[in-house]
Amino acid sequence: MRVRQLAASAMSLEKPKSFQEIILRLQAYWAKHGCAIMQPYDMEVGAGTFHPATTLRSLGSKPWAAAYVQPSRRPTDGRYGENPNRLQHYYQYQVVIKPSPPDLQALYLGSLEAIGVDMGMHDIRFVEDDWESPTLGAWGLGWEVWCDGMEVSQFTYFQQVGGHDCAPVAGELTYGLERLAMYILNSDHVMDMPYNDPQSPIALSYGDVFKQTEEEYARWNFDVANTDVLLRHFEEAEAECASILSQEHDDPKIGKRIIMAHPAYDQCIKASHIFNLLDARGVISVTERQAYIGRVRTLAKACADAFVQTDAGGFVQ
Amino acid sequence: MPDLLIELFSEEIPARMQGKAADDLKKMMTDGMVEAGLTYASAAAFSTPRRLCLTVEGLLADSPTVFEERKGPKVGAPDKAIEGFLRGAGLTRDQLEERDTPKGAIYFASIEKPGRPAAAIIADVLEKTIRTFPWPKSMRWGAGSLRWVRPLHSILCVLNDEAGSEVVPLDVDGITSGKTTHGHRFMAPKQITVNSFEDYEAQLKRAFVVLSAGERVDAIWEDAKNQAFANGLEVVEDAGLLREVAGLVEWPVVLMGEIAPDFLGLPPEVLQTSMKEHQKFFSVKNPKSGLIERFITVANRETADNGATILAGNQKVLFARLSDAKFFWENDLRTAKSDMTAWTSALSNVTFHNKLGTQAERIDRIAALARELAPVVGAEPDEAERAARLAKADLSSEMVYEFPELQGLMGRYYAETAGETVAVAAAAEEHYAPLGPSDAVPTAPVSVAVSLADKIDTLTGFWAIDEKPTGSKDPFALRRAALGVIRLVLENDLNLRLSSVLSRADERANAVDLLSFFHDRLKVYLRDQGVRHDVIDACIAMDGNDDLAMLVKRAIALEAFMKTEDGTNLLQGFKRANNILSKEEEKDGVEYSYGADVKFAETDEERALFASLASEGPSIEAALESEDFAAAMTVMAALRAPIDAFFDAVQVNSDNTTVRRNRLNLLSDIRKLVRSVADLTRVEG
Repeated sequence: MRVRQLAASAMSLEKPKSFQEIILRLQAYWAKHGCAIMQPYDMEVGAGTFHPATTLRSLGSKPWAAAYVQPSRRPTDGRYGENPNRLQHYYQYQVVIKPSPPDLQALYLGSLEAIGVDMGMHDIRFVEDDWESPTLGAWGLGWEVWCDGMEVSQFTYFQQVGGHDCAPVAGELTYGLERLAMYILNSDHVMDMPYNDPQSPIALSYGDVFKQTEEEYARWNFDVANTDVLLRHFEEAEAECASILSQEHDDPKIGKRIIMAHPAYDQCIKASHIFNLLDARGVISVTERQAYIGRVRTLAKACADAFVQTDAGGFVQ
Repeated sequence: MPDLLIELFSEEIPARMQGKAADDLKKMMTDGMVEAGLTYASAAAFSTPRRLCLTVEGLLADSPTVFEERKGPKVGAPDKAIEGFLRGAGLTRDQLEERDTPKGAIYFASIEKPGRPAAAIIADVLEKTIRTFPWPKSMRWGAGSLRWVRPLHSILCVLNDEAGSEVVPLDVDGITSGKTTHGHRFMAPKQITVNSFEDYEAQLKRAFVVLSAGERVDAIWEDAKNQAFANGLEVVEDAGLLREVAGLVEWPVVLMGEIAPDFLGLPPEVLQTSMKEHQKFFSVKNPKSGLIERFITVANRETADNGATILAGNQKVLFARLSDAKFFWENDLRTAKSDMTAWTSALSNVTFHNKLGTQAERIDRIAALARELAPVVGAEPDEAERAARLAKADLSSEMVYEFPELQGLMGRYYAETAGETVAVAAAAEEHYAPLGPSDAVPTAPVSVAVSLADKIDTLTGFWAIDEKPTGSKDPFALRRAALGVIRLVLENDLNLRLSSVLSRADERANAVDLLSFFHDRLKVYLRDQGVRHDVIDACIAMDGNDDLAMLVKRAIALEAFMKTEDGTNLLQGFKRANNILSKEEEKDGVEYSYGADVKFAETDEERALFASLASEGPSIEAALESEDFAAAMTVMAALRAPIDAFFDAVQVNSDNTTVRRNRLNLLSDIRKLVRSVADLTRVEG
């Protein structure tokens, strides 16, 4: 404990200079504390929770510890890069540890220190915020973490995912990276925030990297995305997910038990994201909305059912 | 006499749950200990974000030994029976007592239940309390199966007396009890060892934890008031927010900050709501201008820079939040100025209920109904319809999307901006009222028309699709809507025939059933005002019972009348007449309603009754015509003496069938006249 604190304060002696340095420090911190540093999932998702390293791995009895950056897309939040902190594409930093360690709060606070939050000067608070994902059929209890009145993270003890009780319980930490970094780097507008070290030969701001893409995607999300195509893709993803899960467990070709939970879950993620796009296009009415969410949840539950039948899901033959 | 100290130390407990949790801890522990024979002198419970604490003083050191007496078999009963009894009691035969009873000699056993030491009892009761604690929501963590509101870290459980203190040994799912805790998470995280409550409370205070929520509330409020006062300002009171904030801190530090001048043009309610909902800030206003100029935030710690960094951070977050609010406000004002119908037409994409169509369709219905109701409430039909069409426009505004609790109020601001009349703007805000039994009822005619139309449309709509409240379930708040209609009608003294309004509002709704729902709500409402239920029933049974204002006038007059001697005597006389009449009618299988003729009267008393019915009848009718129920009942009271005299002197069941029939018809005239005032058959007494 003592060693950890010393190391952390040594790290925080110097404040991070850029967005990427904050990410690198988080990676180093959680690697040091035993997490497998994973890479972003290679599909469009709305939040880091959708990464199978969280959703599926929080199920079953096997211990698990992972941390990763996840690019996240929320089409309805697009503001053409004008709003100081609203983006349709942003980054979340996600930590998931199962079973949740008894000192998870202390570990979390250590990570804030590691990225340059001076624990002697700020007011850190754990404010009730229960988490629920109707599309994933998941819920948990926890807090939003406030630093001087600003929400910097979500802290959740998963109780259920895909309709299954989580036992043991996974602890999940989600950092909204842009907002947290803006705070630490004292930037008033996300686009002005230094992406790499401002002393670099080629210094890049967040805006240099993302302003144009925010505009392009906002236009596409809101006005151009072909809703007929999207609706068809939704149906196809839904059908494919069901079809994958309806296959017999034993592969007839190689004769091994192979339940395709992950490929099925990919289709679930796809359906979920297409739903978000349709929502941004304003073609889903309030009543239909519930129905779509219910359809995605059905897929998520079926994938969870399949995963707990697999080795990684703790299934013992 | 030992004292007990318990602390359950956990990760942050939601503020809204802390108070009840402290009460529950006290109740479950003291009830459990007393049930086990361990009485005490006093107990108190406390809560902070991270701990629940209980102190109990003057406990017994051991529960007392008690003797339970058991009655056994008769002396001389078969050995088998006696042996069975001995086994059950755990005694031998020489320990039994023989006692003479009226049924003969019987064995009695006196079983000693030895007392248990306090520590053993406390350990049992505490474990049970922890395992069955009634958190509104609880969770598991790690690999364990114990449930608590958030992970439970330690159990402090210490008994102390003059001789010293000892830990009450206890193990709940691997959490073993001890005598240590921790101070403030950041300011004094080191372990603390405690021996008694006084010691605990004092050490916590040194470790920057104020144990008592009440003390934290007082400290926050005092400091907030003083800081505001020193600047010539005052804090906007908010008891709920104060309690919540006191549940978010162990060491409250009050900080006052400025609101950038950019935002002072926002409506004060918007500033207040945004600061409260998002940031849990108090609003600080200038008493001269009424404007909110500053905010107060409560930090959970002291810092070397006296909170400057914390305040700056909070101010920055507030700036972002208020920038959003200002953006919404300015966009909304632009829409309001150009054309508010953009908002109303957007409501055609919003489903109200999947069987009741969109919000826009609903607004069309409300507008038609408001127009129809306008003459009854004294409003201009055009203005009432206009108000109804705009009343829900703000539901499409950006501000209300962000802060739903500002619905109505924003509608008023926007309608004013759009140049609508004062009455139309007021209706946008007031048509939601009354929301509860003590909420003010609108009185402006246009507001009343829209408010009635809104509520009646809701009721008839849900009645039409058979979504009525059942038992404790009332998801669409239909009881509240009905009470709202009742209060609007009564407090504005409206002559409104509900039945026709209800059936026209939605012909699919069963208006008779809905009217009886109104009557049920009215009964509850009047009962709260002290009107007897049988008196209400007697008035509900009358024609015209869908005119609620008239119904209530009648009920209040009858309630008063039944409290007079004339009233109770008349009731007796009426009941006697009605009983005889009903009995004879049943026997004869006919209804005596042909009208009596005075020429068949045989006695003076009979003739006197004829005379008074003839003279009072028209007066009662006239009083009823003008809805002067008190007058009608006063006149009716004059019938009391002739009725009493009639029954004293006359035998109704005369041998002469013509006379008998005439007397029964006379009783029928009495019944008819009395029942034109109220159905006294339903009044008890």
